Amino acid sequence: MTVPNGQNNAEWHKKGVGLMSWDDAVASSIVNEYKHLAGATLPILHALQENFGYVDKRAVPLIADALNMSKAEIFGAITFYHDFRHEPAGQTVVKLCRAEACQSMGCESLVTHLKDAHGVEINATTPDGRLTVETVYCLGNCALGPAALINGALVGRVDEEVLDAVCKGQSHDRMAG
Amino acid sequence: MSPSIKIYVPRDAAALSVGANRVATALANEAKKRGQAVEIIRNGSRGMLWLEPLVEVETAKGRVAFGPVAPKDVASLFEANFLTGSAHPLNLGLTEEIPFFKNQERLTFARVGVIDPLSVDDYIAHGGFVGLKKAVTMTGAAIVQEVADSGLRGRGGAGFPTGIKWKTVLGAEADQKYIVCNADEGDSGTFADRMLMEGDPYTLIEGMAIAGVAVGATKGFIYLRSEYPHAYQTLLEAIRTARAARWLGPAIGGSSYAFDLEVRLGAGAYICGEETSLLESLEGKRAIVRAKPPLPALKGLFGKPTIVNNVMSLATIPWIMANGAKAYADFGMGRSRGTLPIQLAGNIKQGGLIEKAFGVRLREIIQTYGGGTHSGRSFRAVQVGGPLGAYFPESLLDTPMDYEAMAAKKGLLGHGGMVVFDDTVDLAQQARFAFEFCAKESCGKCTPCRIGATRGVETMDKVIAGDTSKLALIDDLCHLMTDASLCAMGGLTPVPVMSAMTHFPDDFNRAPKRMTPENLAAE
Repeated sequence: MTVPNGQNNAEWHKKGVGLMSWDDAVASSIVNEYKHLAGATLPILHALQENFGYVDKRAVPLIADALNMSKAEIFGAITFYHDFRHEPAGQTVVKLCRAEACQSMGCESLVTHLKDAHGVEINATTPDGRLTVETVYCLGNCALGPAALINGALVGRVDEEVLDAVCKGQSHDRMAG
Repeated sequence: MSPSIKIYVPRDAAALSVGANRVATALANEAKKRGQAVEIIRNGSRGMLWLEPLVEVETAKGRVAFGPVAPKDVASLFEANFLTGSAHPLNLGLTEEIPFFKNQERLTFARVGVIDPLSVDDYIAHGGFVGLKKAVTMTGAAIVQEVADSGLRGRGGAGFPTGIKWKTVLGAEADQKYIVCNADEGDSGTFADRMLMEGDPYTLIEGMAIAGVAVGATKGFIYLRSEYPHAYQTLLEAIRTARAARWLGPAIGGSSYAFDLEVRLGAGAYICGEETSLLESLEGKRAIVRAKPPLPALKGLFGKPTIVNNVMSLATIPWIMANGAKAYADFGMGRSRGTLPIQLAGNIKQGGLIEKAFGVRLREIIQTYGGGTHSGRSFRAVQVGGPLGAYFPESLLDTPMDYEAMAAKKGLLGHGGMVVFDDTVDLAQQARFAFEFCAKESCGKCTPCRIGATRGVETMDKVIAGDTSKLALIDDLCHLMTDASLCAMGGLTPVPVMSAMTHFPDDFNRAPKRMTPENLAAE
C-alpha cells in the first residue's frame, strides 16, 4: 500500500532489512506523488520514511523545490517532529511508552532492565543494527501498561520476558497482536 | 449444519495488545474443527479493558461475555458449550449487566463495542445518520443554536462552548471554510478518541459532516497522531466506505450539501494537540503555536475560517442532533452539561472507559469502578487531565468531575484521563518529569515555556538531591510560566508541579532515597 502510513505501520516494519537504501530518483517520485496535497510536507516525509526507514538529508532540496518552500523550512520540519529519523533504524523497532500511566506501572524499570541485562540503550540502535528502542509518550493503551509498539504491533502489560525475547531476536507470541 | 452463531472479538488496539487476534484465530479454527458455524465479528471494545480480550456470544437473552480469554481457553469454552452462553469459569454473564458497564450513561459511546465499526448498515441500524438527515433540513443557524443549547463544551480539555465556536465560523464570510478534527490525543492516560475512532468511526464522520453543513464548510481534515496506527487504518477504510455509500462527497445523504474528508498523520509532537500548532502542522510547517487573535474560527487553516474540535466533541454532535439539545443538557451538573467519557488508567485494577454524566466523584471512579490499584498496594495519587493536570491525594477524591469544581481545587478535567499511582510513587520525580516533558515537547516559541521548563528540570534535580532551599525558586518559576506562557503547554505545566508540592510536601523535603526494592520492603 502506498498510503503515507507513518513508521508505526506493521507492514512497514515487516519489510525490516528489506527496506531500500536511499535513492534520489525514487525519493523524487515519492515527492511527486504527494506534492499536490494541501500542506504536503508531512505526508511526503511519512512516505519517504515508510520507504527508506528514515529521511535522508538529500530529501531537503527535493521537497523544498517541489513545494516551493525554503530548504530551511523543510529542514526545520524534519527536525521538529520526533517521528522522523535521520538515519536508518534497526531491523526491529521497539517504541516503549514512558508517559505517566506507564510510569505508574513501572516502565522505567524496563528501561533499566534493557540496559543492565542486555546493554541496550534507549533512543539508540544497537551496534549490530538489529534493534532500535525509542521513547514514545503515550500509545493510548494506558489501562494495560506498560505498553510498547514492537514492529508496529501494540503490546500491553510489557514485561522483562517480552523484552528479553526482543533483545535475543526471538519471536514471542505476545508480539503477534 | 447448525445455524451460524455470532461471536464478537474486539479489534480495538488495546484488545489486540493482549492477544485479541490470536483469540479470534483460535476461535475460528476450533469452530471449524468442530463443524460449528460461527460468524466472528470484530467489534470495538466495550471499554472494560482489564477483561480484554472480551469475547461475546449472541444468545436469545442477549450478548454473554467471556473474559479475559486466552487462546488456550478456547477449547474449554467449546467443551462447555459456550455458544449457548453456558457456565464456564470465564463467563461474566450478560455484558450489559456487568456493573462497570451497566452503571454508565453511554451517549457518545452508545455504539462502541456494540456494532461492527466498518459496517454502514450496522451503523444505520443502531441510529446512525439520523442526526445528519435532520441537519440537512435545518438552517445553519438552527443547527448551531441546537449545539449551543446542548451546553456542549470542548472535550479536548479547554472546555470552550462548542456552540459559540461554531457561531463565529458560521458568521465569517469566506470562499472556503474547514472542519478540523483534533485527533492528536497525546495526554497520557487518555484513549477515548482512539477507542471511538476504532470502534465507531462513522459517528465522527457524521459529526464532522453536520459541522460542515452547519457552517458552510465543504472540506474536513482529521489530524491523527502517528502513535495510533490501528485507528489510522480504520479511519481510512471508514472514509472510503462512507464515500462509496455517499455519506461523504458531492451530495451527502442525498442532500444538496457537499462534504469530504481527509486523514492526516501527525509525527510525534505533543504540542500538535494545541489547535494553532495543529493548524501549522497541517499546513506542512513546524508546529509552532500561533498567537491569538486572530482566532482559528476566523483565520484558521490556510487562513480560512475553521472549526477545530476534539474527536469527542464532534462525535457527540450526532447524538445531540438526533435526540435534541435538551435531552443532552439534562445530563450533568452546573455549567458542565452532558456526559464525559472518563478514561481510568495507570496502576488500576479495573481500567477502562467510563462514560458518565458530569458530577461523578473521583472516589467513585477509582474505588467502585476501578476496584483499587493493580499492584494491590495502597492508593497515593491520581493525576487527572493528562500531563498538564494536577496530582490529587486521597483527601481530594470527593471532588466532582466538573470543569469548575476541578478548577476550584487547582486542577483540571482536561480530556477526562485519570492516571492512578500506588504508594511507590515519588511526587518529586513526577514534578521533575512534568518539567522534562515540557522541555521536550515545547514548540520553542515563547521563552517561559522553552527556557522555564529546562530550568525547572535543573532546579528539581537540586531539590531531589536534598537542596530544599530551591523550592522557592520552583514556586517562582511556576508563577512565571503560568502568567507569561503563550499557550497551555507552558501555562499549565506548573499545575502538576504545584499540586505535587502542595499535596505531597514530604516527597520534596527529604534526603534523597533511591526507590530500590530493599527500601520499599523496609517501608
